[in-house]
Amino acid sequence: MGSLFRSEEVCLAQLFLQSASAYSCISELGERGLLEFRDLNPKVSPFQRRFVGEVRRCEEMEKTFTFLQQELRAAGRLPAPCPESPRAPAAREALRVQEQSEQLAQELREVSRSRSSLRDRLRDLRQHLHVLREGQRFTSLPVGPGREPILDPSLHHHLDRKINFVAGVIHPWRVTAFERLLWRACRGYLVASFVEMPEPMEDPATGESITWVIFLISYWGEQIGQKIRKISNCFHCQVYGYPESEASRTEAITRLHGQIQELSVTLEETEKYLAEVLDKVAQVLPTWRVQVQKMKAIYLVLNQCSFDVTKKCLIAEVWCPVRDLTQVQDALRQGSVSGSCFVQRVPTTESPPTLIRTNKFTAGFQSIVDAYGVASYQEVNPAPYAIITFPFIFAIMFGDVGHGLLMFLFALWMVLYEDSPRLRQGTNEIWLTFFEGRYLILLMGAFSIYTGFIYNECFSKATAIFPSAWSVATMANHSSWSSAYLATHPSLTLDPNVTGVFQGPYPFGIDPIWSLATNHLNFLNSFKMKMSVVLGIVHMGFGVMLGVFNHVHFQQRHRLVLEFLPEMIFLLALFGYLVFLIFYKWIKFSAADSRVAPSILIHFIDMFLFTSNAENLPLYPGQVPVQMVLVVLALASVPVLLLGTPLYQWCRQRGLTVGAHDFAEIFMHQAIHTIEYCLGCVSNTASYLRLWALSLAHAQLSEVLWSMVMRNGFVGLSYVGGVVLVPVFAAFAVLTVAILLVMEGLSAFLHALRLHWVEFQNKFYVGAGYKLCPFAFAPDTWE
Amino acid sequence: MTAHSFALPLVLFSAFCRLVGIAAPWFVPKGPNRGVIITMLVTTAVCCYLFWLIAILAQANPLFGPQLKNETIWYVRFLWE
Repeated sequence: MGSLFRSEEVCLAQLFLQSASAYSCISELGERGLLEFRDLNPKVSPFQRRFVGEVRRCEEMEKTFTFLQQELRAAGRLPAPCPESPRAPAAREALRVQEQSEQLAQELREVSRSRSSLRDRLRDLRQHLHVLREGQRFTSLPVGPGREPILDPSLHHHLDRKINFVAGVIHPWRVTAFERLLWRACRGYLVASFVEMPEPMEDPATGESITWVIFLISYWGEQIGQKIRKISNCFHCQVYGYPESEASRTEAITRLHGQIQELSVTLEETEKYLAEVLDKVAQVLPTWRVQVQKMKAIYLVLNQCSFDVTKKCLIAEVWCPVRDLTQVQDALRQGSVSGSCFVQRVPTTESPPTLIRTNKFTAGFQSIVDAYGVASYQEVNPAPYAIITFPFIFAIMFGDVGHGLLMFLFALWMVLYEDSPRLRQGTNEIWLTFFEGRYLILLMGAFSIYTGFIYNECFSKATAIFPSAWSVATMANHSSWSSAYLATHPSLTLDPNVTGVFQGPYPFGIDPIWSLATNHLNFLNSFKMKMSVVLGIVHMGFGVMLGVFNHVHFQQRHRLVLEFLPEMIFLLALFGYLVFLIFYKWIKFSAADSRVAPSILIHFIDMFLFTSNAENLPLYPGQVPVQMVLVVLALASVPVLLLGTPLYQWCRQRGLTVGAHDFAEIFMHQAIHTIEYCLGCVSNTASYLRLWALSLAHAQLSEVLWSMVMRNGFVGLSYVGGVVLVPVFAAFAVLTVAILLVMEGLSAFLHALRLHWVEFQNKFYVGAGYKLCPFAFAPDTWE
Repeated sequence: MTAHSFALPLVLFSAFCRLVGIAAPWFVPKGPNRGVIITMLVTTAVCCYLFWLIAILAQANPLFGPQLKNETIWYVRFLWE
């Protein structure tokens, strides 16, 4: 069976690593991912450990890498994931990586800074150009009727009033306030005109693109000029010089043009250079990142080793699977320079971690067992049995061919396309949960199809694969049910006592006539309850038997006689007998004695109370003494279970000095186990009735959905009816998937899980172990 | 409507489950997963057989019959049989 049956043998080993080759040995071991390192310096704080300097260096490099990655992201590039996994770098190479990364970061910072300053300057120049250009429009505009003329300065040179200008750019939202304030403060002495800039420009503060408003204020008087400048300062306007004469303005415009041209060229060059640097970074960053991560992991592991001064080597303590010892030796030989590192097994009394190797199929089932508790070291693992029993128990609660088929096809799609990257790299957590459990869902769907055939339910409709065994015609002929008779009697029962009405059991599953019957729940409830009890007792009996493997493996054969035997006797004498009664009644009692058929439940209760009920006939002669014997046997096994093992252990150690409280602890533990087992047998048997409850709920929901949704689509038999059927079917399909597949599926999954974790596993499973977490380099993930 | 024997399905289905649960494990190819596959085959055979057996035994000797609506009786009587 290999390792799925129970955990692999794991031993404690010591690695002796020469200081020179310690790093490369650990790197080699990390690549293979075999060992779990134990911390030999638990009391040392992280700042006092040996290799703290190296770890700090790695962290600094990681900081640089984060900065580089942020720059890449800001420029809109995505770093490509690393194609193959590079090994951890040696010391010299690490130094080179550090230098190069710092150099690149420095370059990037400088170039970004110069680029942003160039951009600012360019924007400034362009704003100035626009101001001049727009202002030009005002000052050379002909005076129109009814508009206040902007005084042309050349006309008024001979006047003693000198016109001055203030020109600038203002945020569009502040225009009205600005205008109002200007008018209030300096009315009569200025003329202000506003016009929108033809193209939007970036706001330096927020970075968003805004259509600025250019204003040109012509005023006279020095004080007014100061006031205006103060006001524009207040409003955070950008003020530019506005030359007075036409000629100087045109000259300024041409000069600005030239400057803008030069600046654009420089900016382009800067951008190109920045792109080159970013390219270089994008190329090397993924590899560096992985390398430095591996380096840091190795140094963290080296920090856990202890340094032996006399032999000048590092000693590491590891948990190693025995099967992999040769591989470890191989790795050490490869990593070390002179083959001087070696591994040595060390005996220990501590409980090693549990290692169970799984493949992609068994991993899902092992994880649901581990979710309850990781198996103790070398304890028998319930997972290989759960591969089938878990989907089977789910299917008992979910049984429907149609729903099972849908589930099976969904899982089949996931399994067939499991290698496609689109499926694997989903980020939605719920989708990932479904994807991880695709084999589980596949088996659940397959078994649901089987149980659906047995329950004879396909989207709540029965299929008559074989013709039904109940003959209505025979009954009708026998009781002369004419059409008139039928009209007056709304419901009639078929009597199996009449010959020819019932002609043998349906060969596979439940007879389809029951889906047409109004009393089908009476029959189905009895069938499903008995089925749940029988399957529950079989499941629990199987669990108790798995305990035998544990007793044998751990060399505790006394427990076979003192624990396993009383447990089995208790279970079989009481509940095995109940199973027997159920089967016996099915075989022996038929419709002929249906009036006097005994009730198993009453017999069972009377068995415990040692009473008898006169109206309840015995199932077989001699039932009462047989039952008495069984109850006595079961009760007798309880003290054996309670006292057997503690007394045996006490006898074994009578020679040695064992404290009284040790014995008390063993006795207490065994008492708890006995009570838990005996009470558990009763309550867990009843707990399996949830198989009945959930399958009933599923069947009823499915029937309601059919009769209240889908059936209404078949009412109209015309073409219009055909069109109406489409939305009705859509509603039916959506509700089927949402309620019956998702909700009922999750519910049945949960209850099947509970039955496994509690009712099945508490018969043999301890689950107090911890997993082996080998030191391996996890694949890098960009966040 | 038609007579069904009890023995024939019992023999056939038991044989099939024995084929899956006892004979097939001998033919599983040797490999690391041999044990798991054998466990799966045996468990499947046992579970499915037990479930089918319960279903057929529960109907072998019915204590009461189905109660049908008069429409159903009319339909089955005159259109099916």
